[in-house]
Amino acid sequence: MKLFLVCASALALSAGLAQAKTFVYCSEASPEGFDPAPYTAGTTFDASAHPIYNRLTEFKKGTTEVEPGLAESWEVSEDGTEYTFHLRQGVKWHSNEKFTPTRDFNADDVLFSFDRQGNAENPWHQYNPGITYEYYTAMSMPELVKSVEKIDDYTVKITLNSPEAPFLANIAMPFASIVSKEYADALEAAGTREDLNNMPIGTGPFKFVAYQKDAVIRYAKNPDYWGTAPIIDDLVFAITPDAAVRLQKLKAGECHLMPYPAPADIEAIRADTNLKLDEQAGLNVGYLAYNTTLAPFDNPQVRKALNMAINKQAIVDAVFQGAAEPAKNPIPPTMWSYNDAIQDDPYDPEAAKAMLDEAGVSDLTMQIWAMPVQRPYMPNARRTAELMQEDLSKVGVKAEIVSYEWGEYLAKSMEAGRTGAVILGWTGDNGDPDNFLSVLLSCDSAGEGGANRAFWCNEEFSSLLKDAKVTADQAERTALYEQAQVVFKDQAPWYTIAHSTQYVPMSAKVSGFVMSPLGDFTFETVDIAE
Amino acid sequence: MVRFILNKLLYLIPTFLGITIIAFSFVRILPGDPVLLMAGERGVSPERHAELTAQLGYDKPVVMQYFDFLGRLLQGDFGTSLVTKKPVLDEFMALFPATVELGLCAIILATVIGVPVGILAAIKRGSWFDQISMTTALVGFSMPIFWWGLLLIIFFSGMLGWTPVSGRISLLYYFPTPTGFMLIDSLLSGQPGAFKSAVSHLILPSIVLATIPLAVIARQTRSAMLEVMGEDYVRTARAKGMPQRRVIGVHALRNAMIPVVTTIGLQIGVLMAGAILTETIFSWPGIGKWMIDSISRRDYPVVQSGLLLIAGMVMLVNLLVDLTYGLINPRIRAS
Amino acid sequence: MSDTTVKLSDAAIRRRMLAEFWFYFSQNRGAVLGLVVFILLVLVAVFASVLAPHDPTVQYRDALLVPPVWQEGGRAEFLLGTDAVGRDMLSRLIYGAQYSLFIGIVVVSIALFGGIIIGLLAGFYGSWVDTVIMRVMDVILAFPSLLLALVLVAILGPGLTNAMIAIAIVYQPHFARLTRAAVMAEQKREYVTAARVAGAGNLRLMFKTILPNCLAPLIVQATLSFSSAVLDSAALGFLGMGAQPPAPEWGTMLAEAREFILRAWWVVTFPGLAILISVLAINLMGDGLRDALDPKLKRS
Repeated sequence: MKLFLVCASALALSAGLAQAKTFVYCSEASPEGFDPAPYTAGTTFDASAHPIYNRLTEFKKGTTEVEPGLAESWEVSEDGTEYTFHLRQGVKWHSNEKFTPTRDFNADDVLFSFDRQGNAENPWHQYNPGITYEYYTAMSMPELVKSVEKIDDYTVKITLNSPEAPFLANIAMPFASIVSKEYADALEAAGTREDLNNMPIGTGPFKFVAYQKDAVIRYAKNPDYWGTAPIIDDLVFAITPDAAVRLQKLKAGECHLMPYPAPADIEAIRADTNLKLDEQAGLNVGYLAYNTTLAPFDNPQVRKALNMAINKQAIVDAVFQGAAEPAKNPIPPTMWSYNDAIQDDPYDPEAAKAMLDEAGVSDLTMQIWAMPVQRPYMPNARRTAELMQEDLSKVGVKAEIVSYEWGEYLAKSMEAGRTGAVILGWTGDNGDPDNFLSVLLSCDSAGEGGANRAFWCNEEFSSLLKDAKVTADQAERTALYEQAQVVFKDQAPWYTIAHSTQYVPMSAKVSGFVMSPLGDFTFETVDIAE
Repeated sequence: MVRFILNKLLYLIPTFLGITIIAFSFVRILPGDPVLLMAGERGVSPERHAELTAQLGYDKPVVMQYFDFLGRLLQGDFGTSLVTKKPVLDEFMALFPATVELGLCAIILATVIGVPVGILAAIKRGSWFDQISMTTALVGFSMPIFWWGLLLIIFFSGMLGWTPVSGRISLLYYFPTPTGFMLIDSLLSGQPGAFKSAVSHLILPSIVLATIPLAVIARQTRSAMLEVMGEDYVRTARAKGMPQRRVIGVHALRNAMIPVVTTIGLQIGVLMAGAILTETIFSWPGIGKWMIDSISRRDYPVVQSGLLLIAGMVMLVNLLVDLTYGLINPRIRAS
Repeated sequence: MSDTTVKLSDAAIRRRMLAEFWFYFSQNRGAVLGLVVFILLVLVAVFASVLAPHDPTVQYRDALLVPPVWQEGGRAEFLLGTDAVGRDMLSRLIYGAQYSLFIGIVVVSIALFGGIIIGLLAGFYGSWVDTVIMRVMDVILAFPSLLLALVLVAILGPGLTNAMIAIAIVYQPHFARLTRAAVMAEQKREYVTAARVAGAGNLRLMFKTILPNCLAPLIVQATLSFSSAVLDSAALGFLGMGAQPPAPEWGTMLAEAREFILRAWWVVTFPGLAILISVLAINLMGDGLRDALDPKLKRS
């Protein structure tokens, strides 16, 4: 009887399917909210910033290059501090049952979107209790932005305090999504300000329809989209946290595409003719950071010797199940300015031992810190640490593995005078090399509140980064970053582990999906064959 | 009767205060710092850290924080989630119907099967039916349900393709959900097939969640029946030549049901624990999964108020059981 | 039992009680079967190092996810196959028995000890001591056990020891309530009054006079808790809050195996089966114990 019910409902389903093209994406977590500015998780941006909103500049699909978005064009002043944006005209805002826009997108919206994040006096700064603008702060926008001015309805001038080459990439990031001033005013009047976060109105390719917490998000195609309108009619996010369940649903045809398959399932997915698999090197790096201020790890030769003692390929095989590229540079190969000419230190325990002897180091004991959580750049830190431990013991180094609760791990690993080398990693925000190198390895970030867990401060390296940051010309910047990578390899503050590969399994019926090096999932170009 | 109820309610107040203290203090001694977790690999400057901590209200003395918490509770404010920045109560209310729907289906399933099986087993004590059903019940009682759920998924969804893998209804259906109960909402929607789809999504999770209560109820019913059937008045009735059916129907059953009702009521706590596992396995958007996620994200306000709401609910159900018990059995009321 | 009229020595009484107990216990076939399985389990745990064909943590890198021997592709040296990193399933399951028994024993001991002390205090002293203690127990019982254990483990940090402590804390009120109820019932009996009149101190009254007479329900509850402890610790392991990998604890093994659910049925099936069988055996024993110790059921 139950079987009959199920069959009957399946029939009913397939009958109802033909009219509209519904694309189902099995997402891996619930969005934190639908206002992109206060949040930091990629999942949230996939559900908010990408389908619903646009930014002044956008990342060209499938790349980290910046292209015009809501700003059709822009000029940068000679000294690199004044950006004049010419806004696109005729861009329509979405509508919902409570709000119908009376005007198109204009400069007021841009001003509002930036001011509410940067200006604590703005009534919308704290429209929900406890709201903070973490990305705005993290990208140094409060220090960087001097003013955002409206020249006329379709021209906006942003003045910076100092030149900043990655600025155009920064404002292509989700936190800089443009929200509607008119909608905000309407909500203000209705006394329902929290709806900015619950019932978003944007200019993007999809309109928000409904969200059932922890279960489903629904979007509909925006027929008035200023860019190329989506092919599918409805977009559905089915929130499915478990990777095995996601795959099961994909196989059963309950969804069309899924993120983050379990590495163990990759082979089976490849073998399944009903599925196909896109793959791309992820914009990330996993590393082991020595404390370069503590003897004997202050000696580059010792660090290099240890690096040569660890078998990288074994880690890639056992921990990443092969789904990663061994890392030789601190930035991933998909990023511009990646210096492919650099040779990785070979795995050579004999030579490593000799180098340690030469440096006068014997009977070395050290700690390896293994993080307690799984991250995109590091599926299993504990297992990685165990492999390192075994390799190091072969060159006479005794390693002890330690771990802490995740929050504590992050804090303790940044305490000056930390003993031990720390396993950690990074996933890029905006595709700019500065977002890796400055954040993780510059002198500025080696202190409290920074993220340079090697505490490595190299004058030459840091000045190369500084020069690159104020240079507008990309070719010049590339040369500077390439040189910085040479310094990095020579000094070896990290043991670079791997850049994990990103896999996207999807139904064979899906076409037009473009993988983003930034790890975003966007669906305006996808189509499903009947 | 009114006095009985009032007494019970008064008795609950100190317990409830105790629950608030536990929920509050447990959450406060959880290691980890929500601000650090929010910042992630990027790190956070000491100034910003202090600023955020103050904004979240975690810089005040702990006792003050507790009274703040209590004061806000009295005004119906359960705090705001650190992760989603939404009121905890709203989130709870959004997810609660899903858990209730699952829990109710499970308890109904368990009762509808468990009680008759228990009665039959007691009547036919020692028969093959008794032995098989009680062995099965013991297996069910010993079941690690997280494993059981995985097996059912492998078999029914993976190999046979009979039931959907997870979720509450096929995503092709879209309709407003005024009650939050998918079974009711799908009926109200009037869309063909929607109700069936909702039912098919409920089957496996309900079976998994019902497994242990079903076993407990069947066993409890059987032993309650046996006990009652050994009582003098039943023997007397029998000796007087009353037909077996009538003896059981009139005398034994009614009296045996008193402890069974209690047992069913007490399964609510068991159900909540089971819901944590079941919801995790089936990606069921309910409060069990929500609590687990919030614990690992150190979302203090959610864990705190979630514990409180769940414990309060269990308490309420226990109270209802007590009251029902008092209704069926006047002797309890007097004492 | 208390109304034995023939004068017998203490030892003889005890022997007779045991014989009587065994008589009722052995009549229950299920209970005997449970006992046998349980003894086997203990033996497996004790002699794990002799029985296990492999070290449970050694990873055979050339034998990842090898199926059980009877299936195509199986290898004779791995009877029940290997897991994702090439560890022998059979050896891990054998060593896992140690964990489960250990967890059961530790949890029950802590909960029993704590519960008895608290229950004795409450039952013996009554008045406000009783009220406060029982209120606290009410509060603990208001939380669903697994949820409370989860929060406790989050506080103490994930790991086997902490999981055991957390579960013991959550179970302890059941013992406290039972002890209290039994103490209150026994306290009114004549033999207690007699002992009191004879000048027995409070401690002596509590532990030597009253406690031995309340043991039966406690033993039954302990058996039940033993099996629940095995289940709950496995559940915590499954949620990643119990024993940490690479420990071959059954629940943790299941959690690690979950991603292979569609690819390698054996890594999911066997640990769960092991949990089920051991819990079932203990519960069968518990049923037998209850029947043998509960005079009410004996009568019928």
